[in-house]
Amino acid sequence: MAHSFVALFVGILFGVGLAISGMTSPHKVIGFLDIFGQWDPSLIFVMVGAIIVNGLSYFFLKKRPRPLLNHQFHLPTLKVIDGKLIIGSVLFGVGWGLTGFCPGPALASLTTMDQTPILFVGSLVAGMAAFEIFQRVLNRSRS
Amino acid sequence: MIEALIGGGLIGLAATTLLFFSGRIAGISGIFGGLLRPTEQGDRLWRVTFVLGLSLGGFAMLQIQPELFHNEAPRSVPILVVSGFLVGFGTRLGSGCTSGHGVCGVSRLSRRSIVATLTFIGSGMLTVLCLRWIGMS
Repeated sequence: MAHSFVALFVGILFGVGLAISGMTSPHKVIGFLDIFGQWDPSLIFVMVGAIIVNGLSYFFLKKRPRPLLNHQFHLPTLKVIDGKLIIGSVLFGVGWGLTGFCPGPALASLTTMDQTPILFVGSLVAGMAAFEIFQRVLNRSRS
Repeated sequence: MIEALIGGGLIGLAATTLLFFSGRIAGISGIFGGLLRPTEQGDRLWRVTFVLGLSLGGFAMLQIQPELFHNEAPRSVPILVVSGFLVGFGTRLGSGCTSGHGVCGVSRLSRRSIVATLTFIGSGMLTVLCLRWIGMS
């Protein structure tokens, strides 16, 4: 239960941060990706701001034996740079460039009731579901 | 620029809070996509409340500053559908999106996340360039 409250609070904070930063305006994101056109580099500072806060705190947090409400940290353990990482990131980038939405800003924009975030999130779920099926088929053919 | 820095700082604070209390990475595609997967008991509700919070945070800002949600570059329905599908499939195949790789992973100096972030920013830039070529941007 406590985790769910933390997650709710973190989600709200994240959503507010995304909106203030400009990430919920798809044309701004496209402007950031438009390096060969009218490049608007301001969104670099979203990552800079987030990484300063999170990077500094991670440096201290990783010295703690465990998180406050959990027995252990759930950090990614994979180290290898493989085809899945690269191909997945390429596909994500293409989708991101097409509309200027990544998952967080699209979810944070749902209550606008605009067609763009609603259709985007619907297709996002379809893409994620397709991946689950793809992975199951892949696992079955391997075993 | 200052808004981007402040908003980014809040995103960083959100990620730090989740790591401090729950020990989890605030990767949105992972948290959201995890709902489509049969997971262990007690691993669902926090994902739901996180996504709910994300929408609520957006809703609050929509009341205060609706222009933050303005879209000057709306896309046609087929492009939207393809775009969402690619983002959904790609972030799950590549184990993360802008938040999980770009913010959390880069903060941890993870090599995988740095490579992923450079890759999706690069392919995003190429995509916008191609759209510009065919006169869509």
